[in-house]
Amino acid sequence: MPVSVANSQVVYDAMKGVGITLLSALPETWLVHLVRMADEDPAMTLVRLAKEEEGVGVSAGAHFAGARSAMLLQNHGFLQAINGIVGISLLYKIPLLMLITDRGSFGEKDPWQTEGGKYTRPVLDALHIAHDDLRRPDEVEAKIAHAMTLAQASLSPVALLLQRDLMWEEPN
Amino acid sequence: MKRLDCLKAIYPRLEGCAVVTIMGAVAAELYSLGHRANFFYLEHAMGLASSVGLGIALAQPKRKVVVIDGDGSVLMNLGGLTTLARSRPNNLVHLIFDNETLLSVGGGAPGGYKWFTTATATGTDLAGIARAAGFPRAQMVRELGDFEEAALDAIDGDQLSCIVAKVDAEMPKSFLIDVHMLENRFEFPRALQTKGGVN
Repeated sequence: MPVSVANSQVVYDAMKGVGITLLSALPETWLVHLVRMADEDPAMTLVRLAKEEEGVGVSAGAHFAGARSAMLLQNHGFLQAINGIVGISLLYKIPLLMLITDRGSFGEKDPWQTEGGKYTRPVLDALHIAHDDLRRPDEVEAKIAHAMTLAQASLSPVALLLQRDLMWEEPN
Repeated sequence: MKRLDCLKAIYPRLEGCAVVTIMGAVAAELYSLGHRANFFYLEHAMGLASSVGLGIALAQPKRKVVVIDGDGSVLMNLGGLTTLARSRPNNLVHLIFDNETLLSVGGGAPGGYKWFTTATATGTDLAGIARAAGFPRAQMVRELGDFEEAALDAIDGDQLSCIVAKVDAEMPKSFLIDVHMLENRFEFPRALQTKGGVN
């Protein structure tokens, strides 16, 4: 599978580095190694969701209990979670770190991924959710640390968009 | 069976627990019995009270978490029951008041219309769904004595439990909650993270 194991590990290590002990997730192709790493890590609580909106509640509960968490999701998962993001994170001012695999941009071969990707940034902007791209492995650690810092300081959702260049290795 | 009587029956036992309620009548009636810092009223995001409870239960495994839910909310997140069941925190009790209507969002407004019922009015069995989702314990009760016994036993027990209480579709005396949402939002984690327990 051409999902980058090495770069997934860089992302996973960066999440561990900012103190994340709970991850909620729904799988998608680019997230496969991240979910596996969480599953194999006895120090990480992995919550396998049925639908992404639940993860907003789970992260809020973890925050109340004093634990740092993040959500792993895809564009459509983000769109699915909007009501929870508005009705919990924004309404109650609760930090929420979302790592969203950004499908549907340049290079996308799957026709069914092309629509959700178009709306992810406009919807993030409409909700005034700060976001940044993760494109190169050497920027991952600092950007995840900065994203977590901002989420905790602003008591708000923050999104990092995992890009094709980082997550996908075209087979030679 | 009245929701308020059920809440009175468990109120003393909520001390030390993390309590997450849904919006509307449930929140208002629990508040009317006396607000505590370990009560969080989720005034929106219907369906996610149990998800919030799950996050607390996983992050504080020694803390008993009591989620006080309603049929309308649970029906908006049936998948959440499967997430609870597979995560199976043994410190979480999911109480569901089933009045078979969307009372608090206007489904019980007077005016001559029939009330906006939920699917539990036509036979959907939430305890059965919870059981089939994988809850180790799920039961439905119709009498106050049975509720008190089941709920307290679940709170004192050590397994993920779901107690569905069939209650009257009755408005609370008041919807007043004189604790601002943000005040509630900040006092609740402080209570949960204070050394030596809450209250």
